Amino acid sequence: MSKAPQHHKGDPQTTGHNWDGIEEFDNPMPRWWLWTFYACIVWAIGYSIAYPAWPGIKSASAGLLGWSTRADVAREIEAVNEANAAINARLVAADLTQISNDPELNSYAVSAGAAVFKTWCAQCHGAGAAGAKGYPNLLDDDWLWGGDIESIHYTVTHGVRNEDDGDARYSQMPAFGRDDLLSDEEIDQVTNFVMSLSETPMDASLVAAGKVVFEDNCASCHMPDGTGDRTQGAPNLTDAIWLYGGDYDTIKETVTNARFGVMPAWGLRLNEDQIRAAALYVHQLGGGE
Amino acid sequence: MTETNPAPSLYSAREPIFPRRVSGKFRSLKWVLLSLMLGIYYLTPWIRWDRGPELPDQAVLLDLANRRFYFFWIEIWPHEFYFVAGLLIMAGLGLFLFTSALGRVWCGYACPQTVWTDLFILVERWVEGDRNARLRLHRQKKLDFRKVRLRLTKWTIWFLIGLATGGAWVFYFADAPTLLHDLVTGQAHPVAYTTMLVLTFTTFFFGGFAREQICIYACPWPRIQAAMMDEDTLVVGYREWRGEPRGKHRKADGAEQLGDCIDCNACVNVCPMGIDIRDGQQLACITCALCIDACDDVMAKIGKPRGLIDYMALSDEDNERSGQAPRSVWKHILRPRTILYTVMWSLVGFGLLFALFIRPDIDLTVAPVRNPTYVTLSDGTIRNTYDIRLRNKHGEPRMFELSVVGDPSMQIQLEGVDGSKVQVPADTAYLQRVYVTSPKGAAPAAAEATPLRFWVADLVSGERAYKDSTFNGRGR
Repeated sequence: MSKAPQHHKGDPQTTGHNWDGIEEFDNPMPRWWLWTFYACIVWAIGYSIAYPAWPGIKSASAGLLGWSTRADVAREIEAVNEANAAINARLVAADLTQISNDPELNSYAVSAGAAVFKTWCAQCHGAGAAGAKGYPNLLDDDWLWGGDIESIHYTVTHGVRNEDDGDARYSQMPAFGRDDLLSDEEIDQVTNFVMSLSETPMDASLVAAGKVVFEDNCASCHMPDGTGDRTQGAPNLTDAIWLYGGDYDTIKETVTNARFGVMPAWGLRLNEDQIRAAALYVHQLGGGE
Repeated sequence: MTETNPAPSLYSAREPIFPRRVSGKFRSLKWVLLSLMLGIYYLTPWIRWDRGPELPDQAVLLDLANRRFYFFWIEIWPHEFYFVAGLLIMAGLGLFLFTSALGRVWCGYACPQTVWTDLFILVERWVEGDRNARLRLHRQKKLDFRKVRLRLTKWTIWFLIGLATGGAWVFYFADAPTLLHDLVTGQAHPVAYTTMLVLTFTTFFFGGFAREQICIYACPWPRIQAAMMDEDTLVVGYREWRGEPRGKHRKADGAEQLGDCIDCNACVNVCPMGIDIRDGQQLACITCALCIDACDDVMAKIGKPRGLIDYMALSDEDNERSGQAPRSVWKHILRPRTILYTVMWSLVGFGLLFALFIRPDIDLTVAPVRNPTYVTLSDGTIRNTYDIRLRNKHGEPRMFELSVVGDPSMQIQLEGVDGSKVQVPADTAYLQRVYVTSPKGAAPAAAEATPLRFWVADLVSGERAYKDSTFNGRGR
């Protein structure tokens, strides 16, 4: 150990710590620093009174100013709605088919529609609008109830096969197997015939018999050539697109038990400007007519 | 003695510095540089440059709102920020070069702190007189009318310089004539006023009061510079082997043994940093060379050769002490280190110039839509979607034609547009959704992935650009 340094009266105070002869001054805090520190304490007390701070059992103290993050968000949303009020009014007043000729309105509607879609529609139709089994793909050119802007707008407003809206798109395919309308043999035959319509490999020996079953039971909705009927939401059976699947087992299941896809009536839950925006967004995804 | 001494204070007040007026070749050089740099700073925003009706006509403009940087004929978009990075690298290498060759030449001649302090000291001298008058005014305890008047005059001029400094700064970010009008009529954005206020205050305080303390206590650059200096770096030094022993009494006994330094303190009196260069190189010296001018003046008066205080390299000191001639300035400057810095600096510079000349006026980026990777259409056609951003850097709208090269079966369609031509507004990155289809039986529809290339052509200038992407098929 080194020798402790000599101390003289008047030398600055040290902390008394000594590392190999190196000592540490025990200087007071700089005055500006201390005052800043005290000012911070005063500020903190005032702050905890003015703003929510002290935790309780269920919530925190509200603070004299009554400020809250939720109220902040509500205010911001209100401000955005207010800012968009004029263009939303324009969107509601415009002729649906003419909006694509108004670049500003169209651009606004598509952006707003994307937000509406991702909030309300993406759960079933997917974030990319590619759909899933039983939920139509909105990107392709195949539409059950029509793909022009007015048809899409109607479908979004009233929905499909729901009980909440009397104007909902409605149709019901019979459950040919479950309700014993067709025998197992007939179902086998008509399934093979349906597959032949879209040139899917099948048992060719059953197609002729299936054609007869089809004409007697299915052609009234799906049309004699199988191209479907949009007024009844009857799918086109001749194309490459299948809502539930185009293999033998899936088609047989559809013929036996039928399908009953439901979509909510968004007119009951969203504003007209939101519905129009969503319809315009869907219409410009690549399949709009 | 029983009385106890109070503990010595660890705080020492700043010694005010009153630099004396000096003239000479370095002072003249500094005046020229000061006028040049302040002129560039204050006047640049007012230079006009015609870019067509839809673009700003300010030669140098940082348009933050529209994310564009205009520099005369050059326009930089955000995705070309590497130009700014490259310029910063060049600035860094340039500082390395100058520091290793000429020491703290940046600090002494070009640093805004030095330049504005110089200007403020000039104002101080105009208003309050030279060193002795200012010293008297400082020591005068009584606050009489003259002292108040002189102080207020000086501070007012300082404030106006500060205001002009902050004012010039904001003009780089908006159209200068419009902004000046808005500023005067009180219609400018609060950010403009706040920026001006902050810069006015910092200029006023840094140039008027903080001065050398910024260099000594606040600036990190002096601490880094030592790493770039060596014994060949030219710095301001004192030939103490020639000057010492210093003494005033030339006619006294033993005067013949005195050195050239007559201890007149001229070098100390002119120093804006308040140091004595005869103590040797030190942290506070910014190598402004004013002491060289002051000493040369005195040496001329007493009939001695100039250069008692001079730019010299450390390696010369030993040479001169042993009676050898100093090496030439160029031998000091041209050495591997400075040559390496110059080469690096030039390489970055040429790289940037090259990039500047080959960059196209039209450009595109392709973002394939991957949710879903492909869409099957009712006739079995496979369709892929791409978000393509078309950049038109011209000052007027242009018609662009898009085409795809890959498999012959591929067809291109544009969302919302008939045909393959689209109008892109002036100076805009325009987002266009593009579909590429391949029929059912074709190879790309069945394959997992097929490469393809998007071409965009400017129908006016014929300029073309391309980007590669991939077409996804069914994979079976």
